Amino acid sequence: MRDVAIIGVGITKFGELWDKSFRALITEAGTKAILDAGIEGKDIDALFVGSMSPGRFIGQEHVGALVADSSGLHVMNIPTTRVENACASGGLALRQAYISVASGIHDIVVVGGVEKMTDVIGGEATDILAMAADQEWEAFFGVTFPALYAMIARRHMHEYGTTREQLAEVAVKNHDNGLLNPNAHFRRKITVDSVLNATMVADPLTVLDCSPISDGAAALVLAPLDKAKQYTDKIVKISGSGQASDSLALHGREDICTFKATVEAARQAYKQAGVEPKDIDLAEVHDCFTIAEILAIEDLGFVKKGEGGKATEEGRTRIDGDIPINPSGGLKAKGHPVGATGIAQAAEVVLQLRGEAGERQVKDAEIGLTHNIGGSGATCVVHILEVV
Amino acid sequence: MTTVPRFWREIPQRYNLIGTKCKVCGRVYFPPREVCPYCRRKSLENMEKIKLSGKGTLYSYTIIHTPPSKFEGQAPYAVGIVELEEGPRITSQIVDCELDKIKIGMKVEAVFRKIQEDGDTGAIYYGFKFKPVENESER
Repeated sequence: MRDVAIIGVGITKFGELWDKSFRALITEAGTKAILDAGIEGKDIDALFVGSMSPGRFIGQEHVGALVADSSGLHVMNIPTTRVENACASGGLALRQAYISVASGIHDIVVVGGVEKMTDVIGGEATDILAMAADQEWEAFFGVTFPALYAMIARRHMHEYGTTREQLAEVAVKNHDNGLLNPNAHFRRKITVDSVLNATMVADPLTVLDCSPISDGAAALVLAPLDKAKQYTDKIVKISGSGQASDSLALHGREDICTFKATVEAARQAYKQAGVEPKDIDLAEVHDCFTIAEILAIEDLGFVKKGEGGKATEEGRTRIDGDIPINPSGGLKAKGHPVGATGIAQAAEVVLQLRGEAGERQVKDAEIGLTHNIGGSGATCVVHILEVV
Repeated sequence: MTTVPRFWREIPQRYNLIGTKCKVCGRVYFPPREVCPYCRRKSLENMEKIKLSGKGTLYSYTIIHTPPSKFEGQAPYAVGIVELEEGPRITSQIVDCELDKIKIGMKVEAVFRKIQEDGDTGAIYYGFKFKPVENESER
């Protein structure tokens, strides 16, 4: 297996982008990544794209072909593959692209993630996202996605004494970081009080505990490490990649306060990279809801189980803390165009490791981690990236 | 609109809480499984149907204020994960009680109710919901 590098990143603005279509978004992200890498279309051996539900959001399947077409790469008949595992579609597309380069089948691969979520009206986006849950045994009974995470939050509070305020601190911190990210969906400060007093979605989670419905896309260019220098000096290596599954329905787990898929995917990635949680300088984790970030920092081994709320409250996960989490603003403030999320997480870590993250730069960042969840924890993809 | 068979084939489990039991290891599953995740190939041909008591304990819950489109007009309503006496956990609405009286660990039992309908002229879907056990000393 060959070592693989990320040699280019591209990301669009995230948000309610009324004037941008699905194809415009992914083409913009892909073009930026290609220009960043210094490659040309003729260098590309394959495309991968992560997207959760273009079939429901814009009535379009077969988006692998659409992406090749809208990028103009169909003229060279470049192979293209769409990857879907709910909200982990982006992270999984990255892993598939990584495997294809590591295996030696492809050299230069462009991997993108995209979701166009605001072309549907009202609550339909919520219904579409709920398709990641078990349709027959969760959604059928009126359960929403926020409700699943609310049940995790309630149980975490019950077992570990996590407080409502500690959950809110996750959102407050991520909004503070989003303020420093020009591409973020939300660029406004919020307070613990505003989270607590916001519209209730699924008790105890309010609307400010939830990531937004966003449009957006991101893309990366991958190359074998030994060929990366031909194109760029700014090389970041994928030093670990892990993926794991769990029961589709939340009720299928012994303990809903831990995502075993995260623990297992992280174990694989740490082992491959030869690092431990304490070696990670920053992480972009899947904070689709505030409680999800608390679970993530516990399951990734940054803090002990049950201490995620306290660590957050103490400011340890802020950009200047000892375990900076979601400097980009995370899904909460940067936005969560689901298929784009896993790729955008890696794009942020690459910028951080290159020292190009501007005002939100984590000092001396050399090793970063991405953590992308599908559904209520049935899929997890973890990557570890390192400066070469 | 969903076709009738999609709902009809789930009637035994949704109406009568029919789960499955692995005759190899004795584990009980609900919703029913074709294969025991622990015994796998040994469990093939060894999964028997079992009617569950419908009695259990509330493991976690939430009050939904922003419902899915098919449940509009019903909010706020409670959903929870119930741990059945026989072991499996299932997701269900929690009904017939004041929302602020619901707590983790409370004893609940299954009742047969309307769950949702396919518009004004489509099929009406029934199934289980759970309500608090009124007099726990009788259990």
